[in-house]
Amino acid sequence: MTVFTSLSIAAIKGFVRDRVGLFFTFFFPLMFLIIFGLLFTDNGPKQTKLGVVGDGPVITALRKAEALNVTTVDSVDAAVDQVRKGDLPAVLTERDGAVELRFAASDRVRAGTVQGIVGNVVNQLNLAGQPVRFHLAQQPVEDTSLKPIQFVTPGILSWSLASSGVFGAALTIVSWRRKQVLRRMRLAPVNPLTVLSSRLLVSVGIGVVQAIIFIGLALTPPFGLKLAGQWWLAAPLLVTGLLAFFAIGMLAASFTKTEEATAAVANLIVLPMAFLSGTFFPLDNAPRWLEIVSKCLPLRYLNDGMTAVLSRGQGVEAIVTPMLVLLGFTVVVSAIAAKLFTWEDS
Amino acid sequence: MAISVRGLTKRYGDLLAVDDVSFEVAEGEFFGILGPNGAGKTTTLELVEGLREPDAGEIRLLGLKPWPRNSALLPRIGVQLQASSFFDKLTAREQLETFGSLYGVSKGTAADMLELVGLADKANTRENKLSGGQRQRLSIACALVHDPDVAFLDEPTAALDPQARRNLWDVLRAIRERGKTIVYTTHYLDEAEILCDRVAIMDRGRILAMDPPATLVRGLDSATHVLLAQGTLPVDQARAIPGVDDASEDGVSLSLATHDPGPVLAALAERGTLDGLQVRSATLEDVFLNLTGREYRA
Ligand SMILES: Nc1ncnc2c1ncn2[C@@H]1O[C@H](COP(=O)(O)OP(=O)(O)OP(=O)(O)O)[C@@H](O)[C@H]1O
Ligand SMILES: [Mg+2]
Repeated sequence: MTVFTSLSIAAIKGFVRDRVGLFFTFFFPLMFLIIFGLLFTDNGPKQTKLGVVGDGPVITALRKAEALNVTTVDSVDAAVDQVRKGDLPAVLTERDGAVELRFAASDRVRAGTVQGIVGNVVNQLNLAGQPVRFHLAQQPVEDTSLKPIQFVTPGILSWSLASSGVFGAALTIVSWRRKQVLRRMRLAPVNPLTVLSSRLLVSVGIGVVQAIIFIGLALTPPFGLKLAGQWWLAAPLLVTGLLAFFAIGMLAASFTKTEEATAAVANLIVLPMAFLSGTFFPLDNAPRWLEIVSKCLPLRYLNDGMTAVLSRGQGVEAIVTPMLVLLGFTVVVSAIAAKLFTWEDS
Repeated sequence: MAISVRGLTKRYGDLLAVDDVSFEVAEGEFFGILGPNGAGKTTTLELVEGLREPDAGEIRLLGLKPWPRNSALLPRIGVQLQASSFFDKLTAREQLETFGSLYGVSKGTAADMLELVGLADKANTRENKLSGGQRQRLSIACALVHDPDVAFLDEPTAALDPQARRNLWDVLRAIRERGKTIVYTTHYLDEAEILCDRVAIMDRGRILAMDPPATLVRGLDSATHVLLAQGTLPVDQARAIPGVDDASEDGVSLSLATHDPGPVLAALAERGTLDGLQVRSATLEDVFLNLTGREYRA
C-alpha cells in the first residue's frame, strides 16, 4: 500500500469515527436547509399580489373582486423593476382603455393565477359594454429572482463546504501537531506534500458526499429544488472551492496551537464570511459596501458559481471566473500558510 | 561509528539546554544517556535525530548530517519520542500499519511487531483506550517497525510494569544481537547497568561521565554496606570488627561500611548474626547521585 493510500485511509477512519465531526459535517447543514428551506417556502394561504399602474374600469373591478392583493405602484418602470426582483409576480397597467399585464417569467404558478383572474375580469367587462372596449395584451418579464429553495440550496451547500474544508484541514493539522504526529512523520521518509494531498483528497471526498446528501434532500417534495440543466458543473467548482478553504484551514492551523483555539478561529472566519457572502440570504438588495466586501471573499464566488449552475441553468461561462478566483485564493493563502507553518508547538 | 557528535550546543532563549556535548556511539553499541529531569537528554537525542537545529557543533549520524531533514537517513533510523505520537482514533494495529506504510513495511510485519511487544490481543483497541504502558509499548513498536539500523528510544521503559520491562529488555537485546545500534534514555539506573555497553551521565546540559557502567561503579571506589537488623549487635562492637570502616544505625538497620567485605562477613558468621543480613555494594545509582547531587531539579 502506498503512503498516499494508507494516509488517506487513516484520515478517513479518523473522520468517520468522530461522531461530533460527522454531525457538524453532514447533519448540521441539513438543519439549516430545513429551517431556511421550509421557512421561505411556507408562505401560507396568502393572496397573490398584483401591482397596478394608472386607473380605469379594469383596475376598479379587480379591486372589487378581492381575489388579488392589489397594490398601486407609481410608475411602470418601478413596477417592472419590482417584478424583476421577484417582489411582485405581475404588474398591470391601465391607461386610456389599454390594459397591459406583465408577469415574472420564472414564477409561472403565481403568474398563472394572476392571468386567470385578470382575464376573467376583462372578459366580464367586455360582455357588459357592447363593443370590445378592452383588449388584454400580455407580456412576460425576464426576471432574475428565484424561488427561495433555488438560492437556499446552493448557498447553504457552499457554506457547509467552506465549513468542512476549513475545519477539516485546520483541526487535522493542529491535532497532528499537538499529538506530535507531525514531528514523527518528519522523521519518516515521506514527502510533506504527500501527507497534505492525501488529507486534501479526503476533504474533497467528504465535500462530494456532503453535496450529494444535501442536494438529494433538497430535491425531495417538501423542498422542491429544481436542478438546472448543467448542474454537474458544480463538481469542478466544488473541488476548487475546497482547495481554497483547505488552504484557509491550513492558515488557521499555522497560528493556533490547540484544537479549541483553532475551532474558534475557524468559526470567526467561516461564519462572518457566510453571512457576508449571501449564503443564507441573497445579497440582491444589499448595500453597496456589502457588495464590495463580499467580492473579496472566496465563499461569494463559490456561492455565485453554485447558484449559477445549480439553479439558474447557466453554463461553463458562469463558473470560469469563480474557479479562477478560488484558485487564486488557494495559491496566495497557501503561500502565506507555508511561510507561517511550524512542525511543532514551540 | 554510528554516531559522532562534537561540541553540540543548543539554547532555548537564555537556557543552555545542551552545552558543548561530544560523544561517539559505535555501530552495534547499546548506549544509554542518564540524567536528572531537565538535564538535556531529550534535546540531545532530538538534535542527533535531526528534529532540531543545533546552535553549534557537528553531528554525523551513519556518516550523514541529520540537519536539515535528510531523507537518505530517515529510513535507517527509528525514533520513539518521549511523548507518544499517534494518529487520531486508530486502533493499535492501524497505528502500526500506518506508521509502517510510511516506510513501505507490509501489514504482516506490522502484525508481527504487535506480537513482539505483547499487544496482539489489543490489536483492535483504539490507541486512546490503551493503558499508559500499553501505549508506550505501541510507541516502541512504531519506532522499530521498519527494522532501523539506529534506534533512538526516549525513556521507553517509563510506565512499564516489571514484566513488560523485562520483555522489552529481551526485545532490545535481540535487536542489538543483530548488530543494530541503540541509543536510549532512562531513569532506571539498574536497567541501564544491565543493558548498556556504555552510559553517559548528563546534568545541566553537560556530560559529566561516560564509560561502561562497571567502570563507572569501580571508579567510584565506594564502600560496600553490610546491613543487619538494628539491635543484633551494639554499634561500638560492630565498629570494632576488623575491616569495618564505619558503623551507623538509622532506626531500622545497622549499617557497616567496608572496603573488604570477606573478613567482615566471616566475623559476623562467627557471632551467629547472619539472619536477615544484606550486602549492598555500590551501583550506578551511587555514581549518579555522587555526580549529580541529591537536591531536586526543576
Ligand atoms: N521546546 C523547548 N523550549 C524551551 N525550553 C525547552 C524546550 N524543550 C526543553 N526545554 C528546556 O531544556 C532543558 C532540557 O530539556 P530536556 O527535555 O532535554 O530534558 P530531559 O533531560 O529530557 O528531561 P526529562 O528527564 O524530564 O525528560 C529543560 O530545562 C527544559 O525546560
Ligand atoms: Mg526527556
